[in-house]
Amino acid sequence: MDGIADMGGTRGWGPVRPPRRDEPVFEEPWQGRAFALAILSSRIACGGINPDAFRHAQERLGRAAYLDDGYYGRWLNAAELMLTDSAVLAPGAIEARARNLRDEGVEEPPTPEPARPDYAPTAEGSLRTVDTTPAFTVGGRVRAKHMSVPGHTRLPGYVRGHTGVVEVIQPAAVLPDTNAHFQGENPQHVYSVRFDSHELWGTDAEPFTLILEMYETYLETP
Amino acid sequence: MTTTGSGEHLPPALRTEALEQLLTERGLIDPKVMNGIITEYETNVGPLNGARVVAKAWTDPDYRRRLLEDGTAAIKELGFSGPQGEHIVVVENTPSQHHVVVCTLCSCYPWPVLGLPPSWYKDPAYRSRVVREPRAVLSEMGLELADDVRITVHDSTSEVRWLVLPERPAGTEHLTEEELVPLVSRDAMVGVAKVEAP
Repeated sequence: MDGIADMGGTRGWGPVRPPRRDEPVFEEPWQGRAFALAILSSRIACGGINPDAFRHAQERLGRAAYLDDGYYGRWLNAAELMLTDSAVLAPGAIEARARNLRDEGVEEPPTPEPARPDYAPTAEGSLRTVDTTPAFTVGGRVRAKHMSVPGHTRLPGYVRGHTGVVEVIQPAAVLPDTNAHFQGENPQHVYSVRFDSHELWGTDAEPFTLILEMYETYLETP
Repeated sequence: MTTTGSGEHLPPALRTEALEQLLTERGLIDPKVMNGIITEYETNVGPLNGARVVAKAWTDPDYRRRLLEDGTAAIKELGFSGPQGEHIVVVENTPSQHHVVVCTLCSCYPWPVLGLPPSWYKDPAYRSRVVREPRAVLSEMGLELADDVRITVHDSTSEVRWLVLPERPAGTEHLTEEELVPLVSRDAMVGVAKVEAP
């Protein structure tokens, strides 16, 4: 989606954090609980495992909800969004309960009637078999479509409109753009595409190669 | 996030406790299952798995070949598979070619071999910058690469997950596979560090 999650190439984030050798998996106990709750909540919300829907919930968060409490705060907020989308929880239920844990005595919203999406994955995981011949070939030039995407996509803004070369054809997989919205798996061929840094960032760019995976529908012949 | 608009930023620990309570009292989650997930990622699924893969590849040329041909299958030979590891591709760092991995759109990471991602990998600065100026980013992280080393950045935009097979450091020729395992760092298997000899 065109939004805060699409960070590739954006400016203003400052220096990178140097790695710490003994960093714990979860810096604080709540982070581990939020991680597990998010995994379980996304299953409760849609009756199955749909990482695309969970990523779409993350990218729909506002800037503060995405950033202020870090990675696991983002997971917690995305879990809440999936649960309120499917009416497992009422909007505001978590906040009200949190306040009551502090003895504020606020009224909690009534539990709604769940309205889960119609979701039935055809197999476990994301890999699928596709009968059609791949539209693009290894070594061939392809262009990432230049399109604005209101819903979920895994096509980052920074490659849109740019031309690269197919490096490898990867196993076919469920298309996140439809699966995230419970609109079907729509499996696609997946291509690892190689871009020259100067194509992406201009003549003054550092020389390097960037490789990313793109679903067939993201690509066109230049 | 507050959905009722009170404007106060409630601590995430408190909100996490609230969500856990709401789901538990309705019987929607089993605390034992929840604790099992946390324990699994705190103790069993971590970069030690990847280090075992790398140490075996360094000492067993046939395994190294299988690993580079079909990472998922070779990694599964050692018992490592699971969520975020459906299709793992292994790329090899050499004196002339350096691979580094990112996920600009979220923080996709090969969980079965590396566990959950470290804070620097999830940080907006790393996610935004390493696809634009990898040499500068690696330098900030303490890895200086010679000018003639070619850099390839892998942005994990699909369900393909990437594992870097680092260079075996000089001076470790006499070490066994078991002795090599503790040398292999998580950061080297993402491509932001090299493995150092002891």
